Formats: sequence, structure tokens, C-alpha cells
Amino acid sequence: MLDKELRSMIGDVKDGRMDRRAFIQRLAAVGLTAPMANQILAIGGVAMAQSPNPYPPTKRGGGGPLKLLWWQGPTLLNPHFATGTKDQDGSRLFYEPLASWDVDGHLNPILAAEIPSIKNGGLSADAKTVTWKLKPGIKWHDGKPVTADDLVFNWEYASDAATACVSISTYSGLTVEKVDDLTIRIAFKEPTPFWANAFVGAYGCIIPKHLFAGYKGSKSREAPNNLKPVGTGPYKFVEFKPGDLVRGEINPDYHMANRPYFDTIEMKGGGDAVSAARAVIQTGEYDFAWNMQVEDEVLLRLEKGGKGKTLYAVGGDIEFIAINFTDPNTEVDGERSSMKTKHPTLSDPAVRKALALLVDRDSIKKAIYGRAGRTTANYLNGPDDFVSKNTKWEFSVEKAIALLEQAGWKAGADGIREKDGKKLKFVYQTSINGPRQKTQAIVKQACQKAGIDVELKSVVASVFFSSDVANPDTYSKFYADIEMFQIPMTQPDPGLHMRRYHSRNVATKENKWQGQNFPRWINKEFDAAIDAADVEIDPVKRAALYIKGNDLMWQDTVFIPVMHRLAVEASSNSLRPALSGWANQTDNIQDWYREG
Amino acid sequence: MSQYVLRRLMIAIPSLLGISLVLFVVLALAPGDPFSELATNPNVPPEVQAALRARFGLDDPIYLRYLHWLNAMLHGDWGFSFVSRMNVDTLILQRLPTTLYVIGSAQILALLIAIPVGVYAATKPYSLFDRIANTLAFVGFSLPTFFTGILFILIFSVTLDWLPFVYTTDIKATGIHYALEMIRQAIMPVAVLGLFQAASMTRFVRSAMLDVIRLDYVTTARAKGLGQAKVIVKHVMRNAMIPVVTLIALQLPAVFGGAIVTEQIFRIPGIGSLLISSILSNDTPVVMAVTFVFACLVVLFNLIADVLYGWLDPRISLR
Repeated sequence: MLDKELRSMIGDVKDGRMDRRAFIQRLAAVGLTAPMANQILAIGGVAMAQSPNPYPPTKRGGGGPLKLLWWQGPTLLNPHFATGTKDQDGSRLFYEPLASWDVDGHLNPILAAEIPSIKNGGLSADAKTVTWKLKPGIKWHDGKPVTADDLVFNWEYASDAATACVSISTYSGLTVEKVDDLTIRIAFKEPTPFWANAFVGAYGCIIPKHLFAGYKGSKSREAPNNLKPVGTGPYKFVEFKPGDLVRGEINPDYHMANRPYFDTIEMKGGGDAVSAARAVIQTGEYDFAWNMQVEDEVLLRLEKGGKGKTLYAVGGDIEFIAINFTDPNTEVDGERSSMKTKHPTLSDPAVRKALALLVDRDSIKKAIYGRAGRTTANYLNGPDDFVSKNTKWEFSVEKAIALLEQAGWKAGADGIREKDGKKLKFVYQTSINGPRQKTQAIVKQACQKAGIDVELKSVVASVFFSSDVANPDTYSKFYADIEMFQIPMTQPDPGLHMRRYHSRNVATKENKWQGQNFPRWINKEFDAAIDAADVEIDPVKRAALYIKGNDLMWQDTVFIPVMHRLAVEASSNSLRPALSGWANQTDNIQDWYREG
Repeated sequence: MSQYVLRRLMIAIPSLLGISLVLFVVLALAPGDPFSELATNPNVPPEVQAALRARFGLDDPIYLRYLHWLNAMLHGDWGFSFVSRMNVDTLILQRLPTTLYVIGSAQILALLIAIPVGVYAATKPYSLFDRIANTLAFVGFSLPTFFTGILFILIFSVTLDWLPFVYTTDIKATGIHYALEMIRQAIMPVAVLGLFQAASMTRFVRSAMLDVIRLDYVTTARAKGLGQAKVIVKHVMRNAMIPVVTLIALQLPAVFGGAIVTEQIFRIPGIGSLLISSILSNDTPVVMAVTFVFACLVVLFNLIADVLYGWLDPRISLR
């Protein structure tokens, strides 16, 4: 649609005839995320807006303690080793990136003096280099100045495979060079439309060169500062007990005016989500609790007359049912679900479409997810209104039956549909988790009505999500017909999220089932779209390619999206946390304050 | 006597070796993978995972890994946590004081309740006091700690708002206030654990007392005209305590195990909760170390019980 129209819109924003918000809303209407819209503007030559500042405190400190409850406490405090959000959240109290994603999906400068744009010379027109400038005068907690050398060191540290950083792929495909003491230039090998990845967000946190220089490569785990962070953040490190407690105190030299608001910060770990919700919402012992994986019913009950409430951050996390395109019951060369097989019944598109018609998202939302979920037909769900307009979901047992009848699947003597001696009998696996087993039951019931026999299987989460090669029950081996779990969208850019299902990423015995394309779905058109999107500079064309990818997955019924899941947090009534569906919960911790 | 202790020690060493071997093999064969979180993270290329596995020796055969572990252990190296990337002994030492404080207090509370109640109930069997004590004891050890724990939280934290239900090692107070806060936050977990222990111990004290109280020498003591209190304390209790002391010694490791649930409910950062979180994240070196600590405790307390027997009744050590 929008090539020309978009260009004129960008022009309008540039000349001030249209404001940014209106631009973003119009792009959201055609299925683009706010960060993408912002990047479109940036590449189109419009500087990224520095977010309006809703931060009212007029002086640093004086806010007393801030008490956070993470039911899985951080186990390490080096952002480059952080294996889960809990570790990233803990590290982020002390370490900072150049910029982070705010509530509206804007890039918000933290250590950077400004967000790179074509206008300020930060972005090159060919999308091959980005120049970041550090804010002058920033000091590490030990008083040493932060310089471009620190940034270059972080790139060297993380991209060295021997250091074994989890942030490696963020840093390995690029080079970073020092321009002057406060400026670096990132050079990409290929045009990189999503340039705001290195030094931004959770993996963008910067560690000091002077304390880690001796611990690059294979000596990385010996660094004493792995446990005693010295960063630039709003809070200085005081104490760390893995899995139990992280404690910090106000950084009096923090580089942002009037920040932070709280005098001390504490992140307590352990326990379970329900009692964490209770400690924040009901008794008010804590100010904020992370990741309330609790049934909405329970939260509503706690909220009645309580001292806190739940908050929702919209991200791109999706709970879905994946369909196996290969045969899990036939072994070829010692491998089940081999690429050399075809699923006997699910390879029929009519069967897959019928299954999609049998997932009653409305009931699942009502009975299970409540406020924490949104129904969707898309695999790719941007935090705001990222909805491909070309798709829609439907629940209809009648239509499913009609579809199956038409395709020749007739009910047998036992009521189960069959064709050519093959019966519609499926093993439906997922991890052990209350909401998942309830969803399984709802889907199974609808399938029964349509003459499909579903056998439910649930596997302990630590086994299901394991990468252990010897284990037959992992999601990536997918020795079942259909399976269900959640895939979190870890970045505001869909690139990583979509690339998983490229045909080169099929999970096989050969790659020890490390490939992320576990449905083993091969679609040349999808591959081409994803490959093109990876290097497409034109943001409009690029967005269209990802929407096309999503629609192809929908047309082929690779995934049956069950619920677009929101991040649920518990907060005391007076706390004003700055949450973003595009970032980790503590990513904007410097902007948190208390009201009244 | 010293020979007897030595002999017992010699038996303890191979049992510990055996236990460690079994633990290691079971853990190695158990499903689960410390790097599963990395596996679902598309940002982490498979090469990094493979490098990490190789670095931590996860791809070696089991016997090599066991020998490696044993050798390190003999050199005082408890291993290295995959998840925290720090030494296991540091992790355990960080947690141990809290565990000892809570479990020790609970055990003392249990003794303070069980001995007087058990003794008094035994001196007046089938009296009203005895019956009430018996009933309460039955109720006490029939209710699991996870149930009483949540019940206590609902009553004392949520409804009455008297006590905090999140145990914190980070109390911002000094001197007497610190001590008071420490006591305040330990009341619920100690009560839950202590009452549970007290219930079964009371029953045991009572029956041990009843066994002794009927013996002839007690009647003789009474016949000599000794006062009731003196007979009970000097003649009956001293003898009745022999099996009770052994029971307590043998039960202590079980208390550590039972405390895992309590630690989880009240978020007490003890070694029990360390064990749980390590199991959940498949942090095998930590799981191995903590379970081995438990195993050592069992063996140690068995040893202490053996020695106590020998000391209380010299005939045992001669055999």
C-alpha cells in the first residue's frame, strides 16, 4: 500500500505538518510497531523524539527505600552473562546501556548524549554505520570517567566466544571503533535496518573496562566484579546474595538531574508468584513484584481492599499451539520427526485449518488469562497494535466439521474421523503449568465434538524446555503432533522473532535440535521474505516483509495463536514505575518515583 | 572408647563415598539441563552453548566427571555454580547461618515444649492434661508444615497484620532493634517448624518416661521416701532421656529436610531454598553439594548418636 503515502507522511513530520504521535498511530493502524515507526522516522531523517518527561520529583533522593520482590531472584550480576530476565533486571540496577525503550516504544537516551539520526549525523543513509556520542562527564561508581574505550571494550569482551557471553550475537556481527573520547562508530557488514541493538536495552548494559580488562575470554568467570558490579546506574552496589537479595544505595553523582528518587533499593528473591502478589497487593510489605503468573481471579480477589494493584505492559509474547509438519511416530535414521517424513494427517491443510477453528480463544481468555491476555490470530503481535489486518481467528465446531467432511475425513465407527485408514488422533503436549493444562482441556473438548481424538500430555517444564540431547520430551524435538508454550519476544524488532522459522533453522538430529524451527515448516516464500527483510533498508518495505511472513504462517496454519500475553506486574498504589512492554521491568528504573 | 570412635569413623568414610557416588549418578542421569534457558534464547548461538557445556565438562562421561568431582572435593573445592558462576561453598556459607538460626530456634522451641509436657503427661497418664497433650500432639504432627505455614500467614500477616511473612536478611536497624526484628520475622517459621517437631517429640518423651517410671528401682526410690519431684527428675528422667537424646540426634538431618518447605513459604534464604532453586534451574553442582551436605549431616549425627550411646552405656562400645 503505502510506499508513496508513507514517504509523504515522513515529509509531513519533517516539516512539522504532522506530529510524531499521529504518525505512529497511523502506522500502528497498518500493523507497524511504535519502535519501527520511530526507526522509519529516524531513517527518513527525522530525529527520534526524546520522550516527554513525566518525572515530577524536583530533587535527588528523599524517597526512602524501594522494595522489589522478584519471585525468582537474580543469580548473577554481569549483564553479559544474564541468562534470564531476572538476572538482566538485577544487573540493570547498577549498569546502564546507551539507550532503552520506553513505554511508547521510543528510544530513550541513558548514557548517550542523543539518539542517532540521519539529521544529527548519527546514522548513515546506507544503514551501515551508527555513531553514538556519550554524554560528557559520566563517572563509574568508583569515580573513573566513562569513555569510548569502555564501549569498545564491551564489544571486544562480548564478541569473544571464549568469554561465553549470552550477548554474543548482539555484538559479534559488527565492529566498533573509537572516534574520539566520547564517540564510537559501529560498522555493520551489511545494511542493518535494526541498528539499535548493540549497547541498547538489556544486552546493551556497559561494564567498565578498567575492572574487566583482565578477565576477557576464558578467564571471564574469575572476575571479582562479576559479583560486585561497578556501573554508572542510579544505584550503587551494596550487597548481593545470589537468589536471595540484591541491595543498592543512591548514587549521589548520578548523571541525570533529580534522579533517582529512592534512597535505597532492594530486590528480594524467592518464593512463588501468588505470595509475591499477596506481599505487594494485599499486605503492602513490598512496593513492586515482578511477573505475576497468577490466575486473574486470584489477583482480582487480592485487589479488593488491598494496598496495591496489578499493572500490565503490552509486549509481543505469544502463547501458541505449534503443528508438527513431520511424522513423530516414524523413525528415520534414528530420528523421529525427521525432515524425511511428512505428517500422515496434519500435512493436509484442511486438518490444520480445522484445528485452528477448534481453539476457543474467548473461553480461554475468560476462564484462564483474564486481563493478562488478548485474543489474536497472529503469530507476530507487536506490543501496541501490531496486528496484521489480513488475518482473523474464529471458533466454530460446525465449520471445522464441514471442512473435514469436505476434505474426505469421515467419522468412523468409534466417532473418530478417518481417511485412507489414517485416523485423526493427536498427541498434544505442553509443559506442566496450571493455565496450560486448562487450555489443553478446553481444546480437547472442542476437538472431540468435531471427531478428533486428542491425547493430552504434559511434561515438567525443566524437561520440556531442556536442550538435553538425550531427552525425548523436549519442545525442540517435538515428538508429538501438536504442542503448546509461550515464545517471548525479546526485542522490539521482529527480525529475531521471525528468523527462527527460516528453513535453515529446522531442529534436527544434525544440529542437536538446537534449531528454533521446531514445527519443521518449510516455505520458500517465507524464507525469501525473511532474508530480504534482514537487509532491507527501506523501513516500509521491511515492515511489509514481516507482515507477509506472519500472514504466510497464518495461511499455512503453522501456529495457532492461543493468547497474546501481557506482562503482569504488581505495584503498590503510590508507586509510579516506568514500565514498558518493549523492555525489562527495571530498564527505566531511574524514572521510578512515589506519589503522595 | 577412642578405639570405638575410630571404628565408627572408619565406617563413616566409605558410607560417604557410597552416598556421593549414588547422588552423582542419579543427578547425572536425571533429565534437565542447566543451559535450557540459553537454549530457548534465540540471541544465544548454539556455539556458545556448546562452548559452555565443554567448559563445565558436561559432555564428559559420567565416571570421569565423578572422579573429577571427587578429586576437587578432596582438595576442598566444592565446585562451581553454573547459574551464579560463583563457588558453591560461598553460596552455601551465605545461606547456612540463616538455616542454623531458624532450625536451631525451632529445635530449641520443640525441646522446651516437648520435655516438660511429655514428662508431666507421663507422671499423670490418662489424666485430663495427658489427654489434651496427646490430642494436640496428634493434630500437630498430622498437619503438614506447608498447611500450617499458610494458615499462620493468613492469620498473623494478612488478617491481623502483626508479623511480616517475607523473611529478609536485610534489616535496616542496629543493636536491640535489629535483634527484635530478627526475632519478629522468625516467629512464624520457627513456630511452624517447632510445633511440628514438638508434637512428635512429646509423644516420644512421654512413652520413654512411661517405660522407665514402672521399673522396680523407681518404686524402690519412692519407698525410700524420696519426694516425687526428686524421683522424677533424678531417677526417671535421666534414664528416659537416653533414647530421647538419640532420637533428637538422628532426627536433626530430617529437620533440615523438613525445613525446605518452610523456607520456601517464608522466603527464608536458607540452604533448603537454595536446593529448591538449584533443582529448578538444573544447577547440578549446587544440588550435588547441598544434598551431599545433607548426607554428611545424616552420617555425622549417626556418628554422634553412636558415640553418645557408648558414653551413656559403656557396654555398647566394648562390643
